[in-house]
Amino acid sequence: MDLADIDIAGSVGFVFILAFLLLCLVFAVLKRQQHAAELRDIPAFNRLIRALGLAVEAGKRLHFSIGQGGILGMPGGSAVIGLAVMERFARAASASDRPPLATSGEAALSILARDTLRGVHRTITATTPFDPQLSLLTGLTPFSYAAGVLPVILDEQASGHVFAGHFGSEVALLSDAAERTGGLTLAGSDNLTAQAVVYATTQEPLIGEELFAAGAYLKANPMHLASLRTQDIFRWGLVIILLGGSILKLAGLL
Amino acid sequence: MRGSLSPIIALLVGFIVLLGYLLPFPFLMEARQALLHWAMILAAVALIVGVMNLALAHWRKVATDQKGGIYSAVLLLSLLLTLGVVGYFGPTGSWSLWLFRYIQVPIESSLMAILTVALAYSAARMLRQRINMFSVLFLLTALVILLGTAPLFGIEVPGLHGPDGIREFLAQVPAVAGARGIILGVALGTIATGLRVLMGADRPYGR
Repeated sequence: MDLADIDIAGSVGFVFILAFLLLCLVFAVLKRQQHAAELRDIPAFNRLIRALGLAVEAGKRLHFSIGQGGILGMPGGSAVIGLAVMERFARAASASDRPPLATSGEAALSILARDTLRGVHRTITATTPFDPQLSLLTGLTPFSYAAGVLPVILDEQASGHVFAGHFGSEVALLSDAAERTGGLTLAGSDNLTAQAVVYATTQEPLIGEELFAAGAYLKANPMHLASLRTQDIFRWGLVIILLGGSILKLAGLL
Repeated sequence: MRGSLSPIIALLVGFIVLLGYLLPFPFLMEARQALLHWAMILAAVALIVGVMNLALAHWRKVATDQKGGIYSAVLLLSLLLTLGVVGYFGPTGSWSLWLFRYIQVPIESSLMAILTVALAYSAARMLRQRINMFSVLFLLTALVILLGTAPLFGIEVPGLHGPDGIREFLAQVPAVAGARGIILGVALGTIATGLRVLMGADRPYGR
């Protein structure tokens, strides 16, 4: 291979990903993760855990809406987080009479949500058969998805509603309806518009990358803590590079 | 066996696709393209399964005479009608486009109009329930942007409208700076999530 054929952007990306991966593994293997008490306080997660306890006691269910972003593109990241949060709570709610209900606006995501709930159902060796209608595909466009989720929010009388995934501005309709039911509403998205909207419409908005830290806060598995620490290191690195670049540009050196 | 095979396949495919993006080896790029084509075909199959699931859920509502069953009946009827029309005339046929333009688009537009009311109501509720420095700042900014964007009976307020106005400054400087910071965090979060899936720490499949 000629030196001119080397793709600089690809190579930088490769080194970046490799360094990220290695650092994650190092933190996970050395068990030098932060303890939960050392994490910055995000009240939304504490309230969500409390809502789960109340839901189990009251015989009510939690509703998870994991958005309408496909898993083949960038929105897939937030969708996977939504699934991880749902799995964590489905396990914890295994003592409840009413298992969590999932709604989504993307077909593959709906199948993954059903698979996740079925997996939890299988591991807790429930005697009753799994109900595939616990994961619903409610619509395939943003507003048809929202229109399909609204009756679920209003009819199911869930004690909490979690919106975690890729949404657009239509999430306002969902979070507003959820707020009116009186249950806890927690919402986070990778989309900037949705983040601004949920800030105005929900009790517990997750802003920025807080949604991506959900696994670490909810103790989904140790790798979440390791990756959170790695994210922090890389964030500081990028901040230094951006500020350094700005200073060099101001000084006329770039 | 199935339990251990699916993560191996998923991890292998994930690494091939990732390396195909980053390394300039032709066989990796070809493998990545082939795998992504397969993924798209599977996503199309998932769409059929999803629509069947949607129809089944609403059929159950109609059959068991549940609350809101009439709406489910309307949905099933609409689904059958759309399937028939699009199946007969094709997706770009005039009647298929008529259904889209004169039924789906107006309904979704009206939902968007409701969104405005929902947002205004929610903003007022936020000020009542969660009054702090950030929520006040949020609402003030929203108000300034609204006033600066919407016409005020054709009157241009100096310092608010125009390229040197406060609206333009808010939209171009603090909003863009904040948005870039958030996007950076989201990008790092997405990379971390993707790598956890590749390492098998997060498994949104085949548990």
